[in-house]
Amino acid sequence: MLLEIKNLHASIGEKEILKGLNLSVKEGEIHAIMGPNGSGKSTLSAVLSGNPAFTVTEGTVRFKGMDLLSMPPEDRSREGLFLSFQYPVEIPGVSMVNFMRTAVNEHRKYRNQEAMNASDFLKLMREKKALVELDNTLTSRSVNEGFSGGEKKRNEIFQMAMLDPILSILDETDSGLDIDALRIVAQGVNKIQTPQKSCIVITHYQRLLDYIVPDKVHVLFDGRIVKSGDFQLAKDLEKQGYDWVKQELKD
Amino acid sequence: MGKETTYINLFRNYREVLRQYSAPLMDAKREAAIGLFEKNGFPGPGDEAYRQCQLNGLLEIDYGMNLYRMSAPAHPSKVFRCEVPSLSTKLFFVVNDVYYPDPKPQKLPQGVLLGSINSILRDHAELMAAYYDRLAGQSTDAFAALNTAMAQDGFLLFVPAGVEIEQPLQLIQLFHGEIEQMANRRNLVILEDGASVKLMICDHSMTRNRCLSNQVTEVFVGEKARLEYYELEMTHPYNTRISNTFIDQHDSSSVFVNGITLNNGVTRNNLTLRMLGKHAESQLSGFCLLDQKQFADYHVSVEHVVPDCSSRQLYKYILDDESRGVFAGKVLVHPNAQKTSAYQSNANLCNSTGARMNALPQLEIYADDVKCSHGSATGQIDESALFYMRSRGLSEQESRMMLKFAFVADIIEGIQLIPLRNRIHNLVGKRFRKQMSACAGCDIC
Ligand SMILES: Nc1ncnc2c1ncn2[C@@H]1O[C@H](COP(=O)(O)OP(=O)(O)OP(=O)(O)O)[C@@H](O)[C@H]1O
Ligand SMILES: [Mg+2]
Repeated sequence: MLLEIKNLHASIGEKEILKGLNLSVKEGEIHAIMGPNGSGKSTLSAVLSGNPAFTVTEGTVRFKGMDLLSMPPEDRSREGLFLSFQYPVEIPGVSMVNFMRTAVNEHRKYRNQEAMNASDFLKLMREKKALVELDNTLTSRSVNEGFSGGEKKRNEIFQMAMLDPILSILDETDSGLDIDALRIVAQGVNKIQTPQKSCIVITHYQRLLDYIVPDKVHVLFDGRIVKSGDFQLAKDLEKQGYDWVKQELKD
Repeated sequence: MGKETTYINLFRNYREVLRQYSAPLMDAKREAAIGLFEKNGFPGPGDEAYRQCQLNGLLEIDYGMNLYRMSAPAHPSKVFRCEVPSLSTKLFFVVNDVYYPDPKPQKLPQGVLLGSINSILRDHAELMAAYYDRLAGQSTDAFAALNTAMAQDGFLLFVPAGVEIEQPLQLIQLFHGEIEQMANRRNLVILEDGASVKLMICDHSMTRNRCLSNQVTEVFVGEKARLEYYELEMTHPYNTRISNTFIDQHDSSSVFVNGITLNNGVTRNNLTLRMLGKHAESQLSGFCLLDQKQFADYHVSVEHVVPDCSSRQLYKYILDDESRGVFAGKVLVHPNAQKTSAYQSNANLCNSTGARMNALPQLEIYADDVKCSHGSATGQIDESALFYMRSRGLSEQESRMMLKFAFVADIIEGIQLIPLRNRIHNLVGKRFRKQMSACAGCDIC
């Protein structure tokens, strides 16, 4: 098992958001998580990637057999976990190139590899930019500063390509992308994914899943996974919304 | 009046020595200055301009002064390694308060005077009478007055009308020696009409002893003249720097000032700029990187005396540990200074609960047709940015460092001398990584 979440409870301040969440992801699997606004999807991705704003009060998470929750965010990343943020953060004054060079080299250092030389790094950047058709000028700017919504999302997947993770969590990567961009970005994700790599795709719409076809689909509601199924579940939700799931829960 | 008496007695007891070793122009200003100092004394608790700046203990130390003008045992260029080598500047030294010329004298354009202020005031008394102490003499600052009373040497640069000096000039002010010392350094910079110069003044210390530099720099910028003026302090926790800089600028002149406190003990910088001629423009900028118990206090005052001038101030502080920062930025627009454009910005990053920042912006505008704005903000590192970076595998330390860097990036980018900009970039990186020795550039301690 690549990722194993058991009875996860997490809060922000006094407010409990995740209330006993269970989820297992095997190597090579693609899982989709859907669920109404505010149900805790982004909270789950924040907790998995180690955002210190959230406190885990109960439960365990094992990633590659390790106790994920005891690791600092940077080590989670270096071990191959990647989060594509729902709301990527703007960092004025830090250039994309410098940011990515530092990130790539920190990953390499962690694996006892030498830092990449400048020309190899630029080659890698060029290659990965092409993958998601990222505008050349964006990498010479400050991280996400003044990027359009779509550019930010594309930039997330560019970073994913640069860091080559084993488990990616895509938190509403489709929102903000126009129809063509959605296709390009989704195809980019598919090119990065190899058979051993896994992906958790958080989305509200089926259209992204038409490109990144999930093995399993889950419904997250009120801090728990309340329903799991295959691709058909996503189609049902797209047609009928969440009311029937809520009704099922009541019964 | 305890501390003051020591200095006043010293002045009286050595009055003849001071006269003997200094240019008549310098000596002529002493009595009035000591009188003012005697009348006002050092700033007390009730003194608004120094309320945040506690210097008391530092003024009581029994500092030595080089009243008999002894020179240092070795030429500073032999023992001091410059941290800004790629600048290929013309290099000059003031050690404690003794001026040392460049060991390999370089040719300067016709008419340029550069060297020991004491010698030049002696040799060119007629020319210099119009300048020496004209600006400092109008100040009521006790430290400036003490400097005028006691100063014996420093650096002087005179650039005649129309002369442009291409190569940057670099003055290194050093402390060196076995005892606790006070240096009353005195500098004078004159740009006649149309002259142009890039001057950099670096403060260093090669001694672990407590030292106090009480320095005064007067700067005259003539019509259409251009000045780029850089100050860099890289001293250590035992160093105290009290600096008064006065700049007067005239019609259509341009003044760019950049002041960086990279490492220090206690620093008080008073920068007073007067815009006396129309269509003049000025840009004053700088930052202070403070940690441990370091203290830096910038008092910047820009006075728009005539119409049609523009000024910009941009100052930033990054504070860690128990450090303290003060920024008091003043803009004064006189009643007839219409069409003034004045901008002031101060931003501070406080990284620990023990660090404190006092920001005191002050606008006094007596003209109605002006564009003035100011803003001041003190905050912390953006936690969401920090997490975003860590989520990409950057360590917390590296991320914080990059965010601090980003915070002052605009000021570094604003440095017009490219080699200096690159050098500052490296030095700031070293500083954040704590790789900077207390007395960088020093070979002997
Ligand atoms: N920093 C915070 N402070 C207080 N409440 C928060 C904070 N972050 C999230 N919450 C709350 O936690 C709950 C879950 O939010 P979360 O962002 O995980 O939802 P989501 O499922 O991702 O929703 P969406 O589909 O809108 O993205 C919401 O009620 C939200 O208001
Ligand atoms: Mg969300």
